[in-house]
Amino acid sequence: MAFQILLNIGLAFIWMLLRNEYTMIEFALGYIVGLALLYVLRRFLHFDFYFRRVIAVFKLLILFLYKLILSNVDMIKIVLSPKMDIQPGIIAVPTKLRTDWEVTLLANLISLTPGTLTMNFSENGRTLYVHSIHVPDKEEAIKEIHDSFEKAIMEVTH
Amino acid sequence: MIEIVISILLLMGGGLSVLGSIGIVRFPDVYGRLHAATKSATLGVISVILGVFIYFLTTHGMFVGKLLLTIVFVFLTAPVAAFMIARSAYNVNVKMWDKSIQDDLAEAVKKHESQNK
Repeated sequence: MAFQILLNIGLAFIWMLLRNEYTMIEFALGYIVGLALLYVLRRFLHFDFYFRRVIAVFKLLILFLYKLILSNVDMIKIVLSPKMDIQPGIIAVPTKLRTDWEVTLLANLISLTPGTLTMNFSENGRTLYVHSIHVPDKEEAIKEIHDSFEKAIMEVTH
Repeated sequence: MIEIVISILLLMGGGLSVLGSIGIVRFPDVYGRLHAATKSATLGVISVILGVFIYFLTTHGMFVGKLLLTIVFVFLTAPVAAFMIARSAYNVNVKMWDKSIQDDLAEAVKKHESQNK
Protein backbone atom coordinates (compact mmCIF):
# COMPACT_ATOMS: atom_id res chain seq x y z
CA MET A 1 0.00 0.00 0.00
CA ALA A 2 2.79 2.44 0.90
CA PHE A 3 4.51 1.59 -2.39
CA GLN A 4 1.39 2.43 -4.35
CA ILE A 5 0.97 5.80 -2.68
CA LEU A 6 4.61 6.61 -3.42
CA LEU A 7 4.12 5.54 -7.02
CA ASN A 8 1.04 7.71 -7.24
CA ILE A 9 2.86 10.75 -5.86
CA GLY A 10 5.77 10.06 -8.19
CA LEU A 11 3.41 9.97 -11.17
CA ALA A 12 1.96 13.28 -10.04
CA PHE A 13 5.45 14.80 -9.97
CA ILE A 14 6.26 13.49 -13.43
CA TRP A 15 2.98 14.97 -14.66
CA MET A 16 3.96 18.32 -13.13
CA LEU A 17 7.40 18.22 -14.80
CA LEU A 18 5.94 17.29 -18.17
CA ARG A 19 3.40 20.10 -18.01
CA ASN A 20 6.09 22.49 -16.77
CA GLU A 21 3.68 24.12 -14.34
CA TYR A 22 4.47 23.80 -10.65
CA THR A 23 1.19 24.49 -8.90
CA MET A 24 -0.96 22.61 -6.44
CA ILE A 25 -3.74 22.27 -9.01
CA GLU A 26 -1.40 20.65 -11.50
CA PHE A 27 -0.22 18.26 -8.79
CA ALA A 28 -3.79 17.30 -7.93
CA LEU A 29 -4.54 16.73 -11.62
CA GLY A 30 -1.47 14.52 -11.93
CA TYR A 31 -2.51 12.62 -8.83
CA ILE A 32 -5.92 11.90 -10.30
CA VAL A 33 -4.40 10.75 -13.60
CA GLY A 34 -1.98 8.53 -11.67
CA LEU A 35 -4.88 7.11 -9.70
CA ALA A 36 -6.68 6.24 -12.91
CA LEU A 37 -3.53 4.58 -14.27
CA LEU A 38 -3.11 2.51 -11.13
CA TYR A 39 -6.75 1.49 -11.32
CA VAL A 40 -6.41 0.35 -14.92
CA LEU A 41 -3.17 -1.54 -14.21
CA ARG A 42 -4.26 -3.12 -10.93
CA ARG A 43 -4.56 -6.68 -12.29
CA PHE A 44 -1.46 -6.42 -14.42
CA LEU A 45 0.77 -5.38 -11.51
CA HIS A 46 -0.67 -7.92 -9.08
CA PHE A 47 -1.86 -5.71 -6.32
CA ASP A 48 -5.04 -4.52 -4.72
CA PHE A 49 -6.04 -1.07 -5.72
CA TYR A 50 -5.19 0.99 -2.64
CA PHE A 51 -7.87 3.63 -3.12
CA ARG A 52 -10.46 1.01 -2.19
CA ARG A 53 -9.21 1.38 1.37
CA VAL A 54 -9.44 5.15 1.26
CA ILE A 55 -13.09 4.78 0.28
CA ALA A 56 -13.55 2.31 3.16
CA VAL A 57 -12.07 4.89 5.55
CA PHE A 58 -14.61 7.45 4.37
CA LYS A 59 -17.42 4.95 4.81
CA LEU A 60 -16.23 4.29 8.36
CA LEU A 61 -16.14 8.02 9.07
CA ILE A 62 -19.70 8.50 7.82
CA LEU A 63 -20.85 5.53 9.92
CA PHE A 64 -19.15 7.14 12.92
CA LEU A 65 -20.93 10.47 12.40
CA TYR A 66 -24.31 8.85 11.76
CA LYS A 67 -24.07 6.76 14.95
CA LEU A 68 -22.96 9.80 16.93
CA ILE A 69 -26.08 11.71 15.89
CA LEU A 70 -28.31 8.71 16.66
CA SER A 71 -26.77 8.33 20.10
CA ASN A 72 -27.34 12.00 20.83
CA VAL A 73 -31.02 11.71 19.93
CA ASP A 74 -31.21 8.68 22.22
CA MET A 75 -29.46 10.57 25.01
CA ILE A 76 -31.75 13.59 24.71
CA LYS A 77 -34.79 11.32 24.97
CA ILE A 78 -33.50 9.76 28.19
CA VAL A 79 -32.35 13.03 29.74
CA LEU A 80 -35.61 14.83 29.06
CA SER A 81 -37.97 12.02 30.06
CA PRO A 82 -39.42 12.75 33.52
CA LYS A 83 -38.76 9.22 34.77
CA MET A 84 -35.28 7.72 34.53
CA ASP A 85 -36.26 4.73 32.42
CA ILE A 86 -32.93 2.89 32.25
CA GLN A 87 -31.64 -0.56 33.15
CA PRO A 88 -27.87 -0.23 33.23
CA GLY A 89 -25.32 -3.00 33.46
CA ILE A 90 -22.00 -4.23 32.13
CA ILE A 91 -22.02 -6.72 29.27
CA ALA A 92 -19.16 -8.67 27.71
CA VAL A 93 -18.75 -8.32 23.94
CA PRO A 94 -16.40 -10.74 22.17
CA THR A 95 -14.55 -9.43 19.13
CA LYS A 96 -12.77 -11.01 16.19
CA LEU A 97 -10.41 -8.11 15.60
CA ARG A 98 -6.74 -8.82 16.26
CA THR A 99 -4.40 -5.87 16.28
CA ASP A 100 -4.33 -3.26 19.02
CA TRP A 101 -5.37 -0.36 16.92
CA GLU A 102 -8.32 -2.19 15.40
CA VAL A 103 -9.65 -2.95 18.87
CA THR A 104 -9.02 0.65 19.95
CA LEU A 105 -11.00 1.91 16.98
CA LEU A 106 -13.83 -0.47 17.79
CA ALA A 107 -13.81 0.68 21.43
CA ASN A 108 -14.06 4.31 20.32
CA LEU A 109 -16.89 3.48 17.96
CA ILE A 110 -18.78 1.66 20.68
CA SER A 111 -18.35 4.58 23.06
CA LEU A 112 -20.01 6.93 20.59
CA THR A 113 -22.97 4.71 19.73
CA PRO A 114 -26.38 4.77 21.41
CA GLY A 115 -26.43 3.57 24.99
CA THR A 116 -23.02 1.92 25.13
CA LEU A 117 -19.67 2.87 26.65
CA THR A 118 -16.52 0.78 26.57
CA MET A 119 -15.11 0.23 30.06
CA ASN A 120 -12.40 -2.38 30.00
CA PHE A 121 -10.58 -5.00 27.97
CA SER A 122 -9.87 -8.58 28.88
CA GLU A 123 -6.25 -9.59 29.26
CA ASN A 124 -5.89 -10.88 25.70
CA GLY A 125 -7.82 -8.00 24.18
CA ARG A 126 -10.49 -10.26 22.70
CA THR A 127 -13.37 -9.26 24.94
CA LEU A 128 -14.61 -5.76 25.49
CA TYR A 129 -16.57 -4.91 28.62
CA VAL A 130 -19.26 -2.45 27.69
CA HIS A 131 -21.47 -0.42 30.00
CA SER A 132 -24.95 -0.34 28.53
CA ILE A 133 -27.97 1.62 29.69
CA HIS A 134 -30.44 -0.79 28.13
CA VAL A 135 -29.22 -4.23 29.12
CA PRO A 136 -32.38 -6.07 27.89
CA ASP A 137 -31.46 -5.08 24.33
CA LYS A 138 -27.97 -6.49 24.66
CA GLU A 139 -28.33 -9.19 21.99
CA GLU A 140 -29.30 -6.52 19.51
CA ALA A 141 -26.43 -4.27 20.55
CA ILE A 142 -23.85 -7.08 20.25
CA LYS A 143 -25.24 -8.07 16.86
CA GLU A 144 -25.01 -4.49 15.67
CA ILE A 145 -21.41 -4.19 16.85
CA HIS A 146 -20.49 -7.37 14.98
CA ASP A 147 -22.42 -6.69 11.81
CA SER A 148 -21.74 -3.05 11.14
CA PHE A 149 -18.67 -1.87 13.05
CA GLU A 150 -16.41 -4.88 12.88
CA LYS A 151 -17.19 -5.28 9.21
CA ALA A 152 -16.47 -1.62 8.44
CA ILE A 153 -13.17 -1.74 10.35
CA MET A 154 -12.14 -4.97 8.64
CA GLU A 155 -12.77 -3.43 5.23
CA VAL A 156 -10.22 -0.76 6.06
CA THR A 157 -7.54 -3.05 7.43
CA HIS A 158 -7.80 -6.15 5.24
CA MET B 1 -28.76 31.74 3.82
CA ILE B 2 -25.32 30.67 5.07
CA GLU B 3 -25.95 32.65 8.25
CA ILE B 4 -28.94 30.47 8.99
CA VAL B 5 -26.80 27.33 8.68
CA ILE B 6 -24.16 28.81 10.99
CA SER B 7 -26.78 29.86 13.53
CA ILE B 8 -28.37 26.42 13.50
CA LEU B 9 -24.98 24.77 14.06
CA LEU B 10 -24.08 27.11 16.94
CA LEU B 11 -27.49 26.78 18.60
CA MET B 12 -27.41 23.01 18.24
CA GLY B 13 -23.95 22.88 19.79
CA GLY B 14 -25.00 25.06 22.71
CA GLY B 15 -28.23 23.14 23.23
CA LEU B 16 -26.49 19.78 23.18
CA SER B 17 -23.95 20.98 25.74
CA VAL B 18 -26.78 22.15 28.04
CA LEU B 19 -28.60 18.83 27.63
CA GLY B 20 -25.36 16.98 28.37
CA SER B 21 -24.96 18.96 31.58
CA ILE B 22 -28.54 18.17 32.60
CA GLY B 23 -27.75 14.54 31.88
CA ILE B 24 -24.70 14.67 34.15
CA VAL B 25 -26.91 15.89 36.99
CA ARG B 26 -29.74 13.46 36.36
CA PHE B 27 -28.00 10.12 35.84
CA PRO B 28 -27.69 8.00 38.98
CA ASP B 29 -24.07 6.80 38.84
CA VAL B 30 -20.63 7.58 37.42
CA TYR B 31 -21.03 5.33 34.42
CA GLY B 32 -24.37 6.75 33.36
CA ARG B 33 -23.01 10.26 33.74
CA LEU B 34 -20.14 9.42 31.45
CA HIS B 35 -22.65 8.39 28.80
CA ALA B 36 -24.21 11.84 28.91
CA ALA B 37 -20.87 13.63 29.11
CA THR B 38 -19.16 11.94 26.16
CA LYS B 39 -21.95 11.77 23.61
CA SER B 40 -23.54 15.17 23.98
CA ALA B 41 -20.27 16.96 24.57
CA THR B 42 -18.63 15.45 21.48
CA LEU B 43 -21.39 16.37 19.05
CA GLY B 44 -21.95 19.72 20.78
CA VAL B 45 -18.31 20.77 20.49
CA ILE B 46 -18.08 19.48 16.94
CA SER B 47 -21.08 21.46 15.76
CA VAL B 48 -19.89 24.69 17.44
CA ILE B 49 -16.46 24.33 15.83
CA LEU B 50 -18.00 23.50 12.46
CA GLY B 51 -20.14 26.64 12.73
CA VAL B 52 -17.06 28.76 13.47
CA PHE B 53 -15.19 27.13 10.58
CA ILE B 54 -17.98 27.89 8.09
CA TYR B 55 -18.24 31.44 9.43
CA PHE B 56 -14.56 32.17 8.83
CA LEU B 57 -14.64 30.45 5.46
CA THR B 58 -17.62 32.36 4.07
CA THR B 59 -17.48 35.82 5.62
CA HIS B 60 -13.71 36.27 5.94
CA GLY B 61 -12.55 33.92 3.22
CA MET B 62 -10.11 32.24 5.60
CA PHE B 63 -9.51 28.50 5.60
CA VAL B 64 -8.67 27.78 9.25
CA GLY B 65 -7.13 24.32 9.32
CA LYS B 66 -6.69 24.41 13.10
CA LEU B 67 -10.44 24.15 13.55
CA LEU B 68 -10.61 21.00 11.46
CA LEU B 69 -7.76 19.53 13.51
CA THR B 70 -9.69 20.38 16.67
CA ILE B 71 -12.64 18.37 15.38
CA VAL B 72 -10.40 15.39 14.66
CA PHE B 73 -8.84 15.48 18.12
CA VAL B 74 -12.15 15.89 19.94
CA PHE B 75 -13.43 12.91 17.96
CA LEU B 76 -10.42 10.83 18.98
CA THR B 77 -9.95 11.87 22.59
CA ALA B 78 -13.47 12.10 24.04
CA PRO B 79 -14.16 8.35 23.94
CA VAL B 80 -10.68 7.55 25.22
CA ALA B 81 -11.15 9.91 28.17
CA ALA B 82 -14.51 8.33 28.97
CA PHE B 83 -12.98 4.89 28.73
CA MET B 84 -10.14 5.76 31.12
CA ILE B 85 -12.46 7.42 33.65
CA ALA B 86 -14.89 4.48 33.62
CA ARG B 87 -12.07 1.99 33.95
CA SER B 88 -10.40 3.81 36.83
CA ALA B 89 -13.73 4.25 38.57
CA TYR B 90 -14.38 0.53 38.30
CA ASN B 91 -10.90 -0.35 39.51
CA VAL B 92 -11.27 1.73 42.68
CA ASN B 93 -14.65 0.08 43.34
CA VAL B 94 -17.03 2.91 42.64
CA LYS B 95 -20.45 1.32 43.12
CA MET B 96 -22.86 0.97 40.25
CA TRP B 97 -26.47 2.09 40.60
CA ASP B 98 -28.60 -0.24 42.81
CA LYS B 99 -30.91 -1.01 39.91
CA SER B 100 -28.15 -2.17 37.60
CA ILE B 101 -29.12 -5.62 36.39
CA GLN B 102 -25.94 -7.19 35.09
CA ASP B 103 -22.20 -7.09 35.71
CA ASP B 104 -20.09 -9.37 33.52
CA LEU B 105 -16.91 -7.55 34.47
CA ALA B 106 -17.20 -8.53 38.15
CA GLU B 107 -17.23 -12.20 37.18
CA ALA B 108 -14.22 -11.76 34.94
CA VAL B 109 -12.30 -9.94 37.68
CA LYS B 110 -13.20 -12.65 40.23
CA LYS B 111 -12.06 -15.39 37.86
CA HIS B 112 -8.82 -13.57 37.17
CA GLU B 113 -8.08 -13.13 40.88
CA SER B 114 -8.74 -16.78 41.70
CA GLN B 115 -6.38 -17.80 38.92
CA ASN B 116 -3.59 -15.64 40.27
CA LYS B 117 -3.79 -17.06 43.81
